Amino acid sequence: MEEVDVEPSPTLIPSAGFHQRHLGFEWGPGDLLVYETNYKLQGPRSAGSPFVHIVWKDEDICSPILRKLFNESHLIFVGLQKIKEDMPSKNKKSQFVSISKNYRSVIRACMEELQQNAVSTQEGSLASQYGDQVSILLAIELIWNLCEVLFIDAAPAGSLLLHLLDWVRLHKSDVDARAREVLQSDSPAHHQSYWDVVISLVLQGRVDEARQVLSKQASLRAESSSVFKRMDVLLHTMPIFNPTGTQTLTEFDVKWRHWHEECDRCLQDNTFASNRHLETICKILVGDEDTILEQKELLSTWYHFLVTRLLFTHPTIKPPDLHYYAQVHTTSPILLSLRYCYKQCIYHTCVCVCVCVSLWQLAVDYFDHCPEFGRVYLELQIERVPLDTERKAIKVLRICEDRQMSEQVRSICKIMAKRALRNNRLGSALSWSIRAKDAAFATLISERFLQDYCNKGSFTDLDLLDNLGPAMLLSDRLTFLGKYREFHRLYGENRFSEAAKLLLSLMTAKIAPRSLWMTLLTDALPLLEQKEVIFSVDQTYELMSCLEELNSGTKDSSQTDQDEDIESTKTELLRLALARNLAMAIVKEGTIET
Amino acid sequence: MFVAKSIAADHKDLIHDVSYDFHGRRMATCSSDQSVKVWDKGDDGEWRCTASWKTHSGSVWRVTWAHPEFGQVLASCSFDRTAAVWEEIVGESNDKQRGQSHWIKRTTLVDSRTSVTDVKFAPKHMGLMLTTCSADGVVRIYEAPDVMNLSQWSLQHEISCKLSCSCISWNPSSSRAHPPMIAVGSDDSNVTYSGKVQIYEYNENTRKYAKAETLMTVTDPVHDITFAPNLGRSFHVLAIATKDVRIFKLVPLRRESANSSGPTKFEVQVMAQFDSHNSQVWRVSWNITSTLLASSGDDGCVRLWKANYMDNWKCTGILRGDGSPVNGSGHAAALSAVGVPGAAQMLVGATSAGRYVTAGTRSLMPYILGILRCLFSFMTGTQHILYSGTT
Repeated sequence: MEEVDVEPSPTLIPSAGFHQRHLGFEWGPGDLLVYETNYKLQGPRSAGSPFVHIVWKDEDICSPILRKLFNESHLIFVGLQKIKEDMPSKNKKSQFVSISKNYRSVIRACMEELQQNAVSTQEGSLASQYGDQVSILLAIELIWNLCEVLFIDAAPAGSLLLHLLDWVRLHKSDVDARAREVLQSDSPAHHQSYWDVVISLVLQGRVDEARQVLSKQASLRAESSSVFKRMDVLLHTMPIFNPTGTQTLTEFDVKWRHWHEECDRCLQDNTFASNRHLETICKILVGDEDTILEQKELLSTWYHFLVTRLLFTHPTIKPPDLHYYAQVHTTSPILLSLRYCYKQCIYHTCVCVCVCVSLWQLAVDYFDHCPEFGRVYLELQIERVPLDTERKAIKVLRICEDRQMSEQVRSICKIMAKRALRNNRLGSALSWSIRAKDAAFATLISERFLQDYCNKGSFTDLDLLDNLGPAMLLSDRLTFLGKYREFHRLYGENRFSEAAKLLLSLMTAKIAPRSLWMTLLTDALPLLEQKEVIFSVDQTYELMSCLEELNSGTKDSSQTDQDEDIESTKTELLRLALARNLAMAIVKEGTIET
Repeated sequence: MFVAKSIAADHKDLIHDVSYDFHGRRMATCSSDQSVKVWDKGDDGEWRCTASWKTHSGSVWRVTWAHPEFGQVLASCSFDRTAAVWEEIVGESNDKQRGQSHWIKRTTLVDSRTSVTDVKFAPKHMGLMLTTCSADGVVRIYEAPDVMNLSQWSLQHEISCKLSCSCISWNPSSSRAHPPMIAVGSDDSNVTYSGKVQIYEYNENTRKYAKAETLMTVTDPVHDITFAPNLGRSFHVLAIATKDVRIFKLVPLRRESANSSGPTKFEVQVMAQFDSHNSQVWRVSWNITSTLLASSGDDGCVRLWKANYMDNWKCTGILRGDGSPVNGSGHAAALSAVGVPGAAQMLVGATSAGRYVTAGTRSLMPYILGILRCLFSFMTGTQHILYSGTT
């Protein structure tokens, strides 16, 4: 069957292409912008259409029925998240399987609703659109089911085939309809579809039902009843693995081989030579490839063929063997394309869902299940989630932190910090920088805090500064800011000697920047002026040396004469206060308490 | 696909570039009317123009946003031989009420002697770096060492390409395995230097950019060039707009230890080539996850390209102007400007746009149809796996 590459039919952009013939474009989140333009930069030009058009690719996503699908899926996936946290890993698989089944049933419910809408709507184009959506969901569900069996629910040997058989039966339900038709007819054995039904049932491994239909034939022909009885026995004795039973896989295998040999013997003995249909059935039971292949009309799909062949040749198959079988019997690209489709199913769901503003969180969970590229796609998409509010930013952050996406965490925090800084919300900017572990930015913001203090004489965001804790250590400037605020607090609580000690240490431990030493020394003045002696002799000497160190530095050439005067006055005042304090401290320390 | 919304951009002359910001909530447009306009998307989904100002003394060719980590920053380049950097200033409260914001010029970059044809910010992990290319054949890389002071930019590198440059693209990969890499395209019709795409790589030792590769098979003028997002792959993917659309795969070759000081050597493979535009291709651009490539050509179409599991590329969508003039009232005919697509919108989409399958859930169709066709082809004995588009 040759396929011809067909181009999709174009979407027409209104009022474009008249004045200028080129279309410019720009990718957006879930949409595409197009506008009329001219890429030939030389030559005369006239103005183009003034419009920028937003082209939606995913118009179906916001339809109410599909929104319901996504909302319900979201509930399922919220449950999935809880399970991830609660359950130990070895129990997770069964939960994943039940969730997968749950999800498929949600898809089926959505499909039914769409189908009803397709039938009931008057509008022709809407009806066919619904129809399209139904067929897509049907295909999704089918493939999801197969992938669930193959990849999620990688069942142990023995059970795998049973799952596959279930799947085949579920998706090949026309057999039941035909069987019913045959059985309800006047003379079932003479119905034209009779043998088709029997063989279909055998192909699906539904041996008991096949026997039931066969029995109609047997009752008619007395002379060939022994042949039918023989077939009945063969079908009746076919071993079916019971995963919950007490029989081990080995025991089942032995039993099955005996039965298989029995079927083979029947063929060798030409037991069924008198009836070609029974002969065919016997060949199927033996797993004869050619015979099964001949039934392609009834099988209609390669996976049905595969499952049937496995049922009658290798019922204890495990998933890894399945790949081998699939490769032998079909060209492997089919399996490859199946895997790809599975990945794409999930990926496209995520992308579409990302577009729907309120459903972006759902997309994250989908991405987590996307093998191979899921994480990378998530990293790319999560960065683009608009951070409208702090609350939303925190939600996105939590998602990234849970997945150890440290670069995305840093980036989001940085963006929020920068935004807060632009709006002069220093406290918010600082806490975001701390969360981003961005030392450089934290330094910058600390400088702003200190500038503000110098200008206004007081700190803002006291709550934050008082409770920095170990985060203070992120940057030197931040440490200073925190400690400086602590100094002010101690002073406010009249804990003068502690305050004094802290103030001094800020200078001697070089935590304070030189530019602020004068401010700090000025802060020391009220402590020096107290009636009580607060600074000890040693401490006073240290303060004095700090002052002299400050003054010995090169003069700031940008200082005006007035500034210089102020500086020298300050210095004089300090020297005087320090000297007085020194005197009092010497006396105090020299006095013997009596 | 269908047109959900049309925004009257109100430029007095041709629009040359439209650029979304990182989060898709703001948009900048630039025009031959020498101005740039900034649009903000409100909570109601409507776009409003929040700033409009004259930026250059010539046509503005391109406008681009810096990463939001650096604040609200735009760069523009123009026929007037300059590029400029703009920063948004938080305005007075009454400005906010009126929905207006102010942008001020932080710097003008005047080093080019000819029209500046492209301006791009480097990937954010490199810091705040701006790159321009000009018709004078020079690519210039500027850096703002202090991100708090955007008026200070220094020219860090000047790369002389010997050919008039039309476009540049940074490799977005922040992996330590890849040094910074920039691709430069030329629309020069010079035949002496026939390779019109050059790739430069940063060398940590020399602290300079050195040429790593010239794509000799691209001999026609190149109008646009773009690296795909890296996705953790070891190789790079580069799309080129020339007389057709071409996608190249650049595989870094393992270095021999003796030669570790030179730029990386690459094995260059052509991943795909599309001449469906049947004419010059002017723009190419990848979507965020590099699953879709869009191209715009002389045929007046925008085409979307997608690869299947076997890396076979197909056109999955086409956009084309309907050739109708803008009607007297200045509004696009037969379209409501309502943002949320309701049933009416779907109808319009359905009738005027026809049915096709593009990205989104609908694009599963090709895969599903492909698989089903595989099954049937298998059953009829032909073992070809044929990937087909839509019917």
